[in-house]
Amino acid sequence: MPIDLEQVRQVARLARLRLTAEEEQVALAQLGRVLAYVERLQAVDVSGVEPLVFAGDPAEAEANLREDLPRPCLPRERVLEAAPQHDGQAFVVPRILE
Amino acid sequence: MSAPPATPPLLGELSDALGRGELSAGAVLEDCLARIAAHDGQVHAFLRLTEREARAAAQASDERRARGKPLGPLDGVPLALKDNFCTEGVETTCASRILQGYVPPYDATAVARLKAAGAVLVGKANLDEFAMGSSTENSAFGPTQNPWDLARTPGGSSGGPAAAVAARFVPGALGTDTGGSIRQPAALTGCVGLKPTWGRVSRYGVVAFASSLDQVGPFAGDVRGTALLLQAIAGRDERDQTSSLREVPDYSAALERPARGFTVGVPREFFGEGLNAEVAASVRAAIARLEQAGCAVREISLPASPHAIATYYLVATAEASSNLARYDGVRYGRRAEASSLLELYERSRGEGFGHEVKLRIMLGTYALSAGYYDAYYLRAQQVRALIRNDFLQVFESGIDAVAGPTSPTTAFRLGEKVDDPLAMFLNDVYTVPANLAGLPAISVPCGFDGGGLPIGLQLIGRPFDEPTLFSLARAVERTSERREPPIVSMGASRGNSQGAGLGATSGPSMGATLPRSAAPAEPR
Repeated sequence: MPIDLEQVRQVARLARLRLTAEEEQVALAQLGRVLAYVERLQAVDVSGVEPLVFAGDPAEAEANLREDLPRPCLPRERVLEAAPQHDGQAFVVPRILE
Repeated sequence: MSAPPATPPLLGELSDALGRGELSAGAVLEDCLARIAAHDGQVHAFLRLTEREARAAAQASDERRARGKPLGPLDGVPLALKDNFCTEGVETTCASRILQGYVPPYDATAVARLKAAGAVLVGKANLDEFAMGSSTENSAFGPTQNPWDLARTPGGSSGGPAAAVAARFVPGALGTDTGGSIRQPAALTGCVGLKPTWGRVSRYGVVAFASSLDQVGPFAGDVRGTALLLQAIAGRDERDQTSSLREVPDYSAALERPARGFTVGVPREFFGEGLNAEVAASVRAAIARLEQAGCAVREISLPASPHAIATYYLVATAEASSNLARYDGVRYGRRAEASSLLELYERSRGEGFGHEVKLRIMLGTYALSAGYYDAYYLRAQQVRALIRNDFLQVFESGIDAVAGPTSPTTAFRLGEKVDDPLAMFLNDVYTVPANLAGLPAISVPCGFDGGGLPIGLQLIGRPFDEPTLFSLARAVERTSERREPPIVSMGASRGNSQGAGLGATSGPSMGATLPRSAAPAEPR
């Protein structure tokens, strides 16, 4: 098994996902299968291969940089409308400092 | 005695008919809405309709026509949007509970461009949650059924747009394609679906899944329809820094161009184990028809492509784990009750995301985590470079387009693969290479299996060479049999839901001829 239950729990913590005990078991089995499948990449000879990190044309992207200038953004009240909780000025979250 | 319901025109024909004043946008829209009302209870292509806005848009279109000032070929054409496009004032959920109730304050650029072209946006179509899946079964709001056989999936993740076009609810739609999410459902529902070159269409306002792979693209019943839609949405957008500055060519010129003189490469890796024999035979026959039309056909090899699925599921999930970090229960979407901020994050995300999304976030988080980054993520990007290099070499050797199957099978049964992520991933074996390489690719219907289910041929082109794909796809379209799913011939009358679910297919369609009268059939 390429992954164990403790690792599943650790990954869920890192990803800020609360899982039920049942979900942990299903994730353990399914992640195990997928990780076993992707193991085949270890056999590919990639020596000297530059990783492909950008899908577009790097030269065009370089020539395409815009000026770093302030531009109008959405009005505050329209953005806050979509928030689960706000006070008219800011998003409201549970207290983080005592 | 009532006349048999007319088959609605394809997008290109509809555009012509609207242009000649033979049809009104209002009447076309009412026919669409009547078909949806009659059959979408069974198909479930739409998550929500925007009838009020659509009627206003259709009326405005007819008024422009009356004044002799139409906006162009899409003026008055009804369209569906996958529900991962932000639409100002219209709920956008990505088929996820975590975004249920989210009403964006702005339009995606592709949506704004369709509106500016006069299109009539009918509603938001179903998808796998956050576009993660190949069957639309991962939607938090229930699966979409394939109009050809209601016991089968339309594919995914853009199953809603594909089913809406296949059922002729609308002549065209927009979807997104990260690993095949436009092309695979197009193949499984008998539509044309195009994933443009990465950078061809702005992604501003499109909910991000895997940003180095995601691309917006069109669905239509006809190749010309996809070309008209791409023409309207393609091109530089200041709000998407990854959108290309390259000029957008006139795609309609490519449609007129005969398929003579192209060299088509057929990769042997696309015809190996796992490919259904009927699909293989149909695709080979379509390639032979391209040869008869004047193309040279050469066998080629893409040796790294068998690694595409493994590569894709590391790259896509790593990017998704980062992109989906924004759903935190703070700025939009669902928030769980919690007494601390950490608990708020964990519970909002744990309760808001569905199983497949959580699984992929975890896979991506794992692949990016300390100790595994080099072995998984970095290596996947190196193999991705090999996959792209294969294509670039093939194109350098004189191949104009790569041809093969879009999907290894025809539409599979709902529930068949839902518990096995790996089996589901393998649906995308022929589609993910084009995403990894950033190349344009189109799926065009080329035939039917013994059960009457549609089969798609995929054509993959050079970067920004959508015109060649349109020329070749037109040749396939011209030489392929056309049929309609059974519910189309029922028109806007409510059919027997049993009958449509038995997988029975109609014979050759009544043809794509326009109704003789000026207006399409009204609902009864």
